Amino acid sequence: MERSAVPFPVHRDDPLDPPAEYAALLDGPPVRVRMPDGSEPWMVSRLADVRAVLADPRLSADDQLPNFPHVLPLPPVPGALSFLRMDDPEHARLRRTLTAEFTVRRVNLMRPGITETVDALLDAMVGQGPPADLVSEFALPLPSLVICRLLGVPYRDHDFFQDRSAESLRTDITQEEAGAAFGELAAYLDGLVAEKEREPTDDLLGRVARRVRAGDLEHAEAVAMARLLLLAGHETTANMIALGTFTLLRHPDELDRLRADPALIRPAMEELLRYLTIVHRGTQRVTLEPVEVGGVTIGAGEGVIVALAAADRDPGAFADPGVFDPARPPGHHVAFGFGAHQCIGQTLARLEMEIAFARMLDRLPGLALACAPGEVRFRDSVVYGVRELPVTW
Amino acid sequence: MSRLSVDRDACRGAGQCAFNAPELFDQDEDEGLVVLLDAEPPPGLLPSARRAAEACPNRVIVLAEAPERGERG
Repeated sequence: MERSAVPFPVHRDDPLDPPAEYAALLDGPPVRVRMPDGSEPWMVSRLADVRAVLADPRLSADDQLPNFPHVLPLPPVPGALSFLRMDDPEHARLRRTLTAEFTVRRVNLMRPGITETVDALLDAMVGQGPPADLVSEFALPLPSLVICRLLGVPYRDHDFFQDRSAESLRTDITQEEAGAAFGELAAYLDGLVAEKEREPTDDLLGRVARRVRAGDLEHAEAVAMARLLLLAGHETTANMIALGTFTLLRHPDELDRLRADPALIRPAMEELLRYLTIVHRGTQRVTLEPVEVGGVTIGAGEGVIVALAAADRDPGAFADPGVFDPARPPGHHVAFGFGAHQCIGQTLARLEMEIAFARMLDRLPGLALACAPGEVRFRDSVVYGVRELPVTW
Repeated sequence: MSRLSVDRDACRGAGQCAFNAPELFDQDEDEGLVVLLDAEPPPGLLPSARRAAEACPNRVIVLAEAPERGERG
């Protein structure tokens, strides 16, 4: 039966659930969706199909190819998002210059530093409140401090790039406005990387700069890499902490369980990742040749939207997927994507979330919303989240 | 005995193996690519070996499970 194309993107009716339009698609094969520009890429929603598509080299991540379904308002400058928008072998060459920085072993060494940062932020927030805005006092400065320290970006500049990175991911502004914010971020990092090329420092960007000096990497490649890490390191973790806290406060019974049994923090965090899947417009691909997905043949050169948020609510993959259950047995959500492009910083993101939730619940036993839930404002961005989260304790 | 094998060329360093089964997998210092620590996981580690294989986004890990033996072993 021919279905008419569902418009994309669709907005969430409930801030914690994927759009209701997805629900009807979850049990089915890929369908065509209609983009604002009139194009009709495919949307893949079932978890098994999503995993298959993202692990399939016949689908390209190259945003310069015709029919690539853009969801970011950014102008598609070649290489702007570094290896995120490249295919192997170029993708692998660039990604491998960073993989050693994000190993489980290296990230675990950051645990004491992150714990200290979390406690310092909580101290400052408690010292000034209640109430406080959890986003500006805790959820955003935490990943910001962590990624600045890791990359070797001066934290004194954080207001500037926090603002520019948030602007570049907003979807309710023009391409020119998003492009301008992105351009300013790019110019800043261009200067910073050049400085580190002259005088390499002992931090991630310093090590990348050494590779440029050695001729292994172009300056422009290093700058694009810095941009990708700074963008990805900010918005995602910050929104998972803020929206995750909102979710916990909306589920007081589950929150009590978590307080009673801190061993539940890790499974609860995985459940938050699955349940919220904040990259809610998914990831995008274009087919290089015809590919069969879930019983449908997608022709060569067609755009594909991979609906991560829908897949993580797939009833064929998760029992009662709409229920937030912090004790859910470990499954395989795709909140970090899948395939060659799966998030390089996921171990770090998990560690930040784990420590943030554990310390926050421990230190603030009376944590509660300081406004009516309906007053919380949500962000129109490619990364879903809250603008502010007024809390008391 | 069940056997694990890995394809390092296909590894893209997501670290899901070392995260899900640190007893069986590590990542090298230079490139962060998969290092197999134990190709013959003891039965007690089979669940985490399965989880690591299933979680690997690049399908680098292959677990060949020995057929289950009868009650008498």
